[in-house]
Amino acid sequence: MNEEYEKRLQAFVGRELNPLTPGQDPVNQPMIRHWAEAMGDTNPVYVDEEAARATGRAGVVAPASMVQAWTMRGYAATVRPAPARRGFDELVELLDEGGYTSVVATDSELEFLRELVPGDHISQQEVVESISPEKRTGLGPGRFVTTLKTYRDQDGEVVATQRWRTLRFRPAEQAPAPQEEPAKEAKEPEEPKALRPRPAINRDNAFWFEAARQHRLVIQRCAACGALRHPPGPCCPECASLEWDTVEASGHGHVHSFVVNHHPRHPAFAYPLVVAVVELAEGTRLITNLVGTDPDDVEIGMPVVLDWLDADPDLSLPVFRPAALEEN
Amino acid sequence: MTAGALSGTAAVVGIGATEFSKNSGRSELQLACEAVLAALADAGLKPSDVDGLVTFTAETNSEIHVARNTGMGELSFFSRIGYGGGAGCATVQQAAMAIATGAAEVVVCYRAFNERSGERYGLGQADRPMDTTADRAAYAWMTPFGLNTPAQWVAMFARRYMHEYGATSEDFGRVAVVDRKHAANNPAAWFHGRPITLEDHQNSRWIAEPLRLLDCCQETDGGQALVVVSAERARDLPHPPAVIRGAAQGLGADQHMMTSYYRPVISGIPEMGLVGRQLYAQSGLRPDDIGAAILYDHFTPLVLPQLEELGFCATGEARHFIADGNLEIGGRLPVNTHGGQLGEAYLHGMNGIAEGVRLVRGTSVNQPDDVGHVLVTAGTGVPTSGLILGADR
Repeated sequence: MNEEYEKRLQAFVGRELNPLTPGQDPVNQPMIRHWAEAMGDTNPVYVDEEAARATGRAGVVAPASMVQAWTMRGYAATVRPAPARRGFDELVELLDEGGYTSVVATDSELEFLRELVPGDHISQQEVVESISPEKRTGLGPGRFVTTLKTYRDQDGEVVATQRWRTLRFRPAEQAPAPQEEPAKEAKEPEEPKALRPRPAINRDNAFWFEAARQHRLVIQRCAACGALRHPPGPCCPECASLEWDTVEASGHGHVHSFVVNHHPRHPAFAYPLVVAVVELAEGTRLITNLVGTDPDDVEIGMPVVLDWLDADPDLSLPVFRPAALEEN
Repeated sequence: MTAGALSGTAAVVGIGATEFSKNSGRSELQLACEAVLAALADAGLKPSDVDGLVTFTAETNSEIHVARNTGMGELSFFSRIGYGGGAGCATVQQAAMAIATGAAEVVVCYRAFNERSGERYGLGQADRPMDTTADRAAYAWMTPFGLNTPAQWVAMFARRYMHEYGATSEDFGRVAVVDRKHAANNPAAWFHGRPITLEDHQNSRWIAEPLRLLDCCQETDGGQALVVVSAERARDLPHPPAVIRGAAQGLGADQHMMTSYYRPVISGIPEMGLVGRQLYAQSGLRPDDIGAAILYDHFTPLVLPQLEELGFCATGEARHFIADGNLEIGGRLPVNTHGGQLGEAYLHGMNGIAEGVRLVRGTSVNQPDDVGHVLVTAGTGVPTSGLILGADR
């Protein structure tokens, strides 16, 4: 990055991105109630005068972390954009010029000086505190932009401050110098950028995904004839019994077939993505991902062992890795 | 009815289609109306003659809209077939059965969509709206693992087929090359004038290994309709009838939607074998009597086991049958003379039935000599269907 660009960027430090702008509405009870309902915050001091007084307050107060909400333009911003050009627009343009076209919020530190009450009218001003040198991040090279938002009441008194940090970055696929990325053992999937597609859960398959959350790979077993089946269903195709239980799989199996997906790409996955049909030692098959192996090294018949992928807090999935790595 | 009772009772007497494009610029219902009206005009019939409609469950243009807009009046028969492209030939079977039983006299089969400019099937099933039906829950075994698209589902079968029989990517590529060769000569085909070489195929990028881009059919906006009447009435209409000698459906044991990976053997298409056995039993014909075939080609690899399941070659031998040039015009079994879905258009196989009719009429742009009987198949990997069409003699 050239010096001239760096200089123009650093000139923003101390500059006002958004001038002191009043919120559209004063602090009011209906918005407080909607906010508290949406957040599931049942503290009565936000909605019940008596309960608020019982805590020593003069009356109801607004939730502290709602301070931002009073000055957000929200929906109005999409239909009536701010008429005047602000420092914020200039900074975004300059960052775009440097290739930092993507943004992610990284942290927000709030300090509250007093509680807001209905009738307060809040204004906000935002000033740049710092712009970091270019950093290498998991998302791509970028700069941390830190601003200070100051919230004032109708008398100009500061009621809260917010230190607001965003990462402005070049998306990783456009990033130069991939050789600088840390070396990885085998080819593990990168951090997912989106949630994996949700499984459609119903009464016939919920048990399997629940067991998976506990890192147990189960196979449905007919309670009458003992036949194993997967994918599961309510009725045994061997004997028509509706009774069933499960057995836990040994976790050993082999690759019956596999594909290496390239296109189209879903943002939850790293590509090329290996999806396999694995035949378990118990005899049933399942669709799964192979991990810890280069796609070029996968072969039909290859022995594999169970591993677990905690894709997100709600979804754990059985995946498989080459058995040789474990057993040698 | 006995096995052969349906054979010869009905005939396809009209075919009609819109242009095949990537962006039709009009509603799916308009495409349906245009195709239906074109097919009726081809048959020498009026909308008011129609008393039956058959389409796919996947079709967005319900019978009520098509009937009302085209001025059909009263309908005594309407029916739909499920399982995506597997429905194609079964729509004609439904029509033939309705005519044979007296439920209707003039039945139109139709399919129309903006599949390229609208909802693209090729994008797959990830992130579709959730519900608790068994059909949606079945995707729970695939989409969380990133197995989302038809190409990926077919690739799983293709890999296993290669492993068992020694087929290669080039063997799949030869199907694409012959389709595109036929399409190159077909003015109605999207890939008119654009043949490919095996080298082009091998240089095309991976979509889902072992499938390359040129193993995958295109996506299309368009509509196609067919008119079916009794064989007797067909003799009074303008074109030589394409008599329905056989019409059958098949759903295999342990069938899944594109992902029947849990059967002992996954390198075949048993539901197509079931269709083939019925077609031959109904018609009294054998594979040797079939002069040309329209084989469903959403993806090249599944053309190979179709040739095997339908008895044109032994199991595992399709790669040799193809490499020997048998699918060419002048070969033992000219295939997809319109260019197939890879070359002409992806109309869920309905355009292939129209080509079967043209082959019987003798009007294909790539007309082989002495076709005799034509076998047409519907979607593979799903519950499917097939037809044998022949001349009225």
